[in-house]
Amino acid sequence: MSLLDGVRVANAGIELFATELEAQGGSVTRVDWRPPVPGSEAALARLATASTAEANERATARMQAAHPRLGGIGIARELIEDLEPGTFLHAGPPIEWPDMAGPLRGAIIGAALLENLADDPEDAAKKAAAGEFRFVPCHERGAVGPMAGVVSPSMPVWIVDNEPGGNRAFCTLNEGLGKVLRYGAYDAGVIERLRWMSAVLAPVLTSALEILAEPLDLRAMIAHALQMGDELHNRNRAATSLLLRTLLPALLQVDHPRSDVVDATQFISSNDHFFLNLAMASAKATADAAAGTRGSSVVVCMARNGTDFGLRLSGTGDRWFTGPAGIVDGLYLPGFGPEDASPDIGDSTITETCGLGGMAMAAAPAIVRFVGGTPSDAIATTNRMYEITWDESDHYQVPALDLRGTPLGIDCREVVHTGILPAVNTGIAHKDPGVGQVGAGLVDPPMAAFLKATEALATA
Amino acid sequence: MSKRRDSSRRIVVERGTYHDSVTLMLASRDAEATEGIVFAAAAAATPVNLELLEGRGFELPLDLVPDDLLIAIEGTDETAVEAAAAAIEARLSARPRAAEDSTVAAPRSLRSAARRDPGIDLAFVSVPGRFAAYEVANALDAGLNVFCFSDGVSLEAEVALKRRAVDAGLFVMGPDCGTAIVSGVALGFANVVRSGPVGIVGASGTGTQEVCCLLDAAGVGVSHAIGVGGRDLSAPVGGLMTIAGIELLARDSETEIIVVVSKPPDAAVAERVLAAVQAAGKPFVLALLGAGNLGGDDAVATLEAAALRAAELAGGHLLLEEPVIERATPGEVVGLFTGGTLSEEAGAIVAAAGLEYRFIDFGDDEMTAGRAHPMIDPTLRNEALTREAAGSAGVVVIDVVLGHGAHPDPAAGLAPLIRSALGIRGDNLTIIATVCGTAGDPQGLGAQMGALSEAGAIVTRSAASAGRLATAAGGGA
Repeated sequence: MSLLDGVRVANAGIELFATELEAQGGSVTRVDWRPPVPGSEAALARLATASTAEANERATARMQAAHPRLGGIGIARELIEDLEPGTFLHAGPPIEWPDMAGPLRGAIIGAALLENLADDPEDAAKKAAAGEFRFVPCHERGAVGPMAGVVSPSMPVWIVDNEPGGNRAFCTLNEGLGKVLRYGAYDAGVIERLRWMSAVLAPVLTSALEILAEPLDLRAMIAHALQMGDELHNRNRAATSLLLRTLLPALLQVDHPRSDVVDATQFISSNDHFFLNLAMASAKATADAAAGTRGSSVVVCMARNGTDFGLRLSGTGDRWFTGPAGIVDGLYLPGFGPEDASPDIGDSTITETCGLGGMAMAAAPAIVRFVGGTPSDAIATTNRMYEITWDESDHYQVPALDLRGTPLGIDCREVVHTGILPAVNTGIAHKDPGVGQVGAGLVDPPMAAFLKATEALATA
Repeated sequence: MSKRRDSSRRIVVERGTYHDSVTLMLASRDAEATEGIVFAAAAAATPVNLELLEGRGFELPLDLVPDDLLIAIEGTDETAVEAAAAAIEARLSARPRAAEDSTVAAPRSLRSAARRDPGIDLAFVSVPGRFAAYEVANALDAGLNVFCFSDGVSLEAEVALKRRAVDAGLFVMGPDCGTAIVSGVALGFANVVRSGPVGIVGASGTGTQEVCCLLDAAGVGVSHAIGVGGRDLSAPVGGLMTIAGIELLARDSETEIIVVVSKPPDAAVAERVLAAVQAAGKPFVLALLGAGNLGGDDAVATLEAAALRAAELAGGHLLLEEPVIERATPGEVVGLFTGGTLSEEAGAIVAAAGLEYRFIDFGDDEMTAGRAHPMIDPTLRNEALTREAAGSAGVVVIDVVLGHGAHPDPAAGLAPLIRSALGIRGDNLTIIATVCGTAGDPQGLGAQMGALSEAGAIVTRSAASAGRLATAAGGGA
């Protein structure tokens, strides 16, 4: 519209000018302007003259167009490039054995035992320390993994296809709660469960999926779950129920021993987080679709390895920008406290990267007490996230916000401009290998990572 | 937060704390009004402010950066200092809020504001200059026109942002844009003028205000006054917004006459501006100061002449009474201005007469870092008046700019200083004040002129007139 058609003003800076406009009968919206994060001044000034907006428009359009559907279940080594025996995928940015936190070391030990690469835990640790294994971030192989996120060649993985983007993503199947590999546990029970998942759970589910007429529409399932109180990171109860409901008629028809079907159904039914790994793979397929857009400041990956938090931008290719992983502020299971916690770990922040999880906290009033707040706090959190996102989802909506789309496409520039960090919900792992989950809560990603990424984009 | 206190002084440093310069000035003023307070300042730790506080004898930490907030208070006792600190805190604790809904905080960016209210069409940017380019870009991201009051944006950034605006069909007024009147709404520093047929594109804030005020005095109104920022007619910027503004006014049915006001432009850009205004198909006046006779009969050399010509084109007549200098007071002619172009207009006349002169623009970038503009906070200019008048100057020329955004009563601060200076220097000093304002301005034109005149200043209504009077008083032709 033309400048001369009248003015309705947003004011950033001197309050007097807003007051003067109001005195003339004008309408003024006041921006609560504050100086950007210290050290970002030069990068933001450079980005002021870049064509970031157009690039972000293209990147978020690809996220909007993404349509994750379940393509089935496969074996990791057959699907994931160069995942040979002795190679382990892990959560977060690149890391080597000496720097790994307890839960990640424990998961590597467990996976080495699962792959029959070591005689016992000590042997596995010795081989890892001797450099006999190769460690690669899940994110660098189109995959994601919760907590330690370890993927070894024999593990079954979900295949999630994004047809509009022509890309796919992988994630392991969720093991349930308690002593599990992803929290660094590796005792006999953990390994036995993993073998059962390969031998029974995956084949039963594969047969069930083959009976369904259409591939499961994960985007639709996530959209429904959001309206049923899940945020798809710390709460997946509705989504897991929806999944089981959809699979049930097929499960009743599969040609497997009845006891196997009962066990598989029981396994899914007793794990509220069974859907989490599907939400993560869906988010990964969505975020990857937006990657590689020249000049875009949209965050396409946030992940932690228990030592470092790392992120990647759409416009800076494969580069990781890291900062120290934080300690989760949350509620602990009886008998545990902050002194037991390992620093933040897992690829599950891929949900936040796509506007779910902590970003969609307003959708999940049932867990707000768990993460130390009230439903009003949850609504305030999601409202705050719109300050740092380029767009709003066309598909995922929050009932408590009048069905407004979830905040989509974290704009790294705006994180350092406003000082507002993405809200992340997450589980807490014990710092020692083998103990498991000790709590859940909220964690602040390190601003340093966003600052480094913004600087890199400005000089790209 | 670190504190050092003795019986009557206090320095508080708050690291990385931002408040706008006008709010800080008001907080300082509240504190100084507290009983028992000798001096109080809440200020950003910019070089200008640090020098000021050190000059006051405050001991300051060495590692301060402009993002830090300094609160310096000097009082008769600790109770007074405490009360002053409380007054500052009360003023600074107010923050923008959105509605009553506690789950919705005020927007933190211009784009966020625009997303919440799609009716918003203009961003007003007055953040510290080093952050301003990003704010302008953020507003353009949201499809907003921009009024950028902030200065300190690099020339490269200005060029890039204006090109982007042109491509998107948007308008960037500024950076360093002081004034605009858009469809009767005053932005920044602007006088209350009647509406009428004259449309102005101004690459000079006070230059535009001067033309508006003189037109108003002639009974001629203004349709729109579009500010473009002082560098728009430089070679790198190439008059992007001036030309866009001319095109806008050419299409605007309210505008019958176009006036273009600028500080000395680049010669090639001036040619392009001339071509654009000739193509507009409406009578026009070019006041591209220092551009020679480009534009022929349609060009004028001063703001005053621009107003005279435009008034004539509109069928009005400007008749201003100019006071008479009865007695010369030889010596240096010193100009202490809050408006840059007013300073140049008056200074050029004094210079042409060959008198010794020194004109200072207190609104210059360097003087305003971390401080409110001198039209809002004339403290530094007023202090200079006392200092210069006590020296060897024969003539001191000052400007007083009225209107929206400006100080609510500038004459009240100046009158006692004028009276006291003239009292000391007696017959050896002339003080000339030019008042840029209209009868409709909130400060009251008559009252302001009356107060200055009563204090002993020779009061006039245009900078050119002030230049002529200064020349006469200084003993020139």
